[in-house]
Amino acid sequence: MANTPEELSYTKDHEWVRTKGEQATVGITDHAQQQLGDVVYVELPKVGDKFESGEPFGSVESVKAVSEIYMPLSGTVVEVNSTLNDAPEKVNEDPYGDGWMVVVQLGNASEVDALLTAAEYEDYIKEEASE
Amino acid sequence: MRYIPNSPDERRSMLESIGYERIEQLFEQIPENVRSTEPLGIGPPVSEPDLLAYFRELASTNATDFQSFLGAGAYSHHIPVVIDPLISRSEFFTAYTPYQPELSQGTLQYIFEFQTMICQLTGMEVANASMYDGSTALSEAVLMASRVTRRNKFIIADSVHPQYREVVDAYTHNLGFEIDLVRCGQTGPLDLNSVRAGKDTAAIIVQSPNFFGCVEDLKAIADAAHEQGALLIVAVAEAMSFGALRSPGACGADIVVAEGQSFGIPLSYGGPYVGLFATLEKYIRQIPGRLVGETRDSNGRRGYVLTLSTREQHIRREKATSNICTNQGLFALMATIYLATMGRRGVQEVARQNLQKAHYAAEEIAKLDGFGLKFAAPFFNEFVVRTPERASEVARRLLDKKILGGIALETYYPELKDSLLVCVTEVAKREAIDRLVSALAG
Amino acid sequence: MDNSRIKKVSTHIVQNEGLLFEESRPGRVGYSISPLDVPERKDEDLIDAKFLRDDDLEGMPELSEVDVIRHFTRISTWNYGVDTGMYPLGSCTMKYNPRLNEKLARIEGFAGLHPLTPAPHAQGALRVIYRLEECLAKITGLAAVTLQPAAGAQGEFTGIRMIRACLSERGNPRKRVLIPDSAHGTNPASAIICGYDVETVPSNSEGGTDLEALRAMMSEDVAALMLTNPNTLGKFEKNIEEVCRIVHDKGGFVYMDGANMNALVGVTRPGDFGIDVMHMNLHKTFSTPHGGGGPGAGPVAVTPTLEPYLPFPRVFKAERGDLDLDFDRPKSVGRVRAYMGNFGVLVRALGYILTHGDPGLKEATQTAVLNANYIMENLKDVYDIPYPGPVMHEVVFSDKRQMKYGVKNADIAKRLIDYGFYPPTMSFPLIVPGALMVEPTETESREELDLFIDAMKSISEEASEDAEILKHAPYSTKVGRLDEVTAARKPVLRWRPKSGDDKQRAETA
Repeated sequence: MANTPEELSYTKDHEWVRTKGEQATVGITDHAQQQLGDVVYVELPKVGDKFESGEPFGSVESVKAVSEIYMPLSGTVVEVNSTLNDAPEKVNEDPYGDGWMVVVQLGNASEVDALLTAAEYEDYIKEEASE
Repeated sequence: MRYIPNSPDERRSMLESIGYERIEQLFEQIPENVRSTEPLGIGPPVSEPDLLAYFRELASTNATDFQSFLGAGAYSHHIPVVIDPLISRSEFFTAYTPYQPELSQGTLQYIFEFQTMICQLTGMEVANASMYDGSTALSEAVLMASRVTRRNKFIIADSVHPQYREVVDAYTHNLGFEIDLVRCGQTGPLDLNSVRAGKDTAAIIVQSPNFFGCVEDLKAIADAAHEQGALLIVAVAEAMSFGALRSPGACGADIVVAEGQSFGIPLSYGGPYVGLFATLEKYIRQIPGRLVGETRDSNGRRGYVLTLSTREQHIRREKATSNICTNQGLFALMATIYLATMGRRGVQEVARQNLQKAHYAAEEIAKLDGFGLKFAAPFFNEFVVRTPERASEVARRLLDKKILGGIALETYYPELKDSLLVCVTEVAKREAIDRLVSALAG
Repeated sequence: MDNSRIKKVSTHIVQNEGLLFEESRPGRVGYSISPLDVPERKDEDLIDAKFLRDDDLEGMPELSEVDVIRHFTRISTWNYGVDTGMYPLGSCTMKYNPRLNEKLARIEGFAGLHPLTPAPHAQGALRVIYRLEECLAKITGLAAVTLQPAAGAQGEFTGIRMIRACLSERGNPRKRVLIPDSAHGTNPASAIICGYDVETVPSNSEGGTDLEALRAMMSEDVAALMLTNPNTLGKFEKNIEEVCRIVHDKGGFVYMDGANMNALVGVTRPGDFGIDVMHMNLHKTFSTPHGGGGPGAGPVAVTPTLEPYLPFPRVFKAERGDLDLDFDRPKSVGRVRAYMGNFGVLVRALGYILTHGDPGLKEATQTAVLNANYIMENLKDVYDIPYPGPVMHEVVFSDKRQMKYGVKNADIAKRLIDYGFYPPTMSFPLIVPGALMVEPTETESREELDLFIDAMKSISEEASEDAEILKHAPYSTKVGRLDEVTAARKPVLRWRPKSGDDKQRAETA
């Protein structure tokens, strides 16, 4: 069973968000990494790149699949987890910790309200699985 | 039909065993009105002896008994006899793409060896498992340079093989690329003063030795490209030159593509050949085509697999780095066997003979009244002869003496009416060269 | 593990062999060239030393001829080919590659011919091209054929380029290409290089094109529909004429991926059911060897409307009956490959077609379809068939029934290796989870087909008895399942000397 920390927010595209003031850290959920399998490469944007919410900002690759990762909130990338270049396995091993992907300076902090809570996300996963 | 093992009776019994009476019933999913009622019109089957005779008769009308000095992207070199029996091993030539690595280690290992030797020859860090040929490899390099730099302006020397340029045009035609042509017909090598690279230039594209045979000063061109944040793409039509000339990698090239036909592959009227594609490690995610990598099995035994496949069409579909699927596997094997047989010493010795013989021929021709060398630049095994009359006429006259004396450049460069592109490789005996010289003399 | 059920193969000694670079020994020579017969000069006197190689090709191997022969012979035995046995890779048409055609391509008059030989001195080669174009036009029921594309994917690119050129000339190149969800991955990748966006057309419950969806998606923004027929489920598109009509009514073109032509040759012609342009894979339908991944050839056939856009040069009959090359093709999409395409492949394919003639080509198609249905009928009680009913040249099973033991399609495939067969295709169609796509071709004997059927049944029994056996298969190969994750995370794409090797070399030098 996938781990879904209470204190984070989630998207239906399986990203998680940790907000702190005007900034948010983004990664993919434990459920997402389990579905993908062993991550072999993570493609991330550059610091300074701007995204609208819902826009793809990178991709996660396993041996035989590629998934795009979507920006949960509009904003500008201020930090990128470059350690994933050499150690993409961190996404599998510690998706909510060392496997984080980017930190974003939020363009519109109110967008956070539209994200899913942990409970809502868990329900959503169950719904998806039953389809 | 002789390639169907089961006899008609066996087939009938198989058909009955699955509940059908007539073979036609299996085709009822095809709407009746589009099922063919007439034979195709190709004719009756031809027997093995008759087919051999027919093709031998066709082949006999081709001028392969002429003394040839044609190059221009396809070269006559000696082909070691060990190549054909080895590539004819069923396990190599009747295998498919090595998707199941446990049953394809032979294919995967030679591709790994091929990738390694292409890196060694080009002076680059990584090479792929092959492209169709030199022209399509160059086109893929252009597409890759655009992905890497996120720019779409290119500068290409018109001394790049004209057919390669045509293929590049076809590949980029619908992508909104801007391609500036730099004329080299008067200079031979690229004149950097006529190159207008800027911060929006994706790459400078040259061939070396170029279509006129001239060796380019790649180091200087690389510096000019890099100054603008652009890449240098080097195309090499005569791969044998790697054995003598400083590698493009050592000169600062970012992508090197080549036609590998010189490595043991028959001329065969233009194909199949093998495209070579090499670049720097930092671009591996942008490489087109297949890559083989080393790994281990659960018992720690070394083995090879197709890797980084998420770049490819079967996984990434419309976002793939290229649409290539089938490549030139067996011809990459030919090149691998050629390079293994010739080895470190042989490749250099053959290259050196090309250099020596071509210079001997060039000097002898230049001594003739009215003839000369069009360009003063250094060359490898090809050079442009300035002819006293129209070069196409000169070439036509040589044909009467059973000599394919060269390519009249007028075909591709209308202003170069007096220019004949001549190629001399290690297979041209001195007597043959002397015969060409006296035939040119009249 | 009980291997008594494995009938086709026994295990046999396998030779170990290192990489060429590891087998290399300084001073060994495997080549022979004639002595230089012109006055020798110093290389530096001919070319400025700054242009000359100065690394002495360090790292390239030095081997004797015997070393080379043993090396490649040994590593070849780690492979499996059509000559080893049935190779049921769906969509790949792994049929027997006749030796006769190998002989034809090696005739010196073809193999030794320079591509820029003037046409009057290359008549034999031009006649091969002309005749093969004629044959393929008859087989497809279309007007004209180019043999230039080097492989199927290049054929797709060429065909879509032609569509775009024609539409552009009519004033609007349009924006999109429609591609069914069951299509090969090359289709969308090819459409993109032609500057089109790709939209996916859903399949209906029978695996065919969903007509309603197609009607809804088809508009004057759509340049073409790229259709594989029979599709990757092995089903003929029953509504093919209606599909073509929907596309044509909006001024679009229908492109057919001819990868599966082995189901149609001599039985029906794409030109007769509404196709405008299509490619064929000579290395599939027309038996030229796959060679471990190529070379192939991807000729493209077109209707008269698209004929002016074919790549140049075109071979044509000049006055005295001689053949010549026509470069003056103002509407042409240009050149997609240098010279005249993969000529050696064309010679082999023409040999195949002439050997068969009209009756043989039809018989080959009928037998290929018979063999696929024979396999389907004999395995349908053991393996799930997501789209049931008669098939053409290939049949798609799924691992649904074996999944209840935790056994996936890949496990079944890997175990099949121990039974002496190459595994079926698994990577598509994407609409079948856990697909096992089996294409036997016409060149398999009943005994081989029965052995395959037995092996598949036996593996299914193993799945229910002891699934663990399958999860670690194969056991009989030189290497077991390889670590593809590490290969992709830390790519090692070439050999490099170990630091110790350099030192050793320096010492011996």
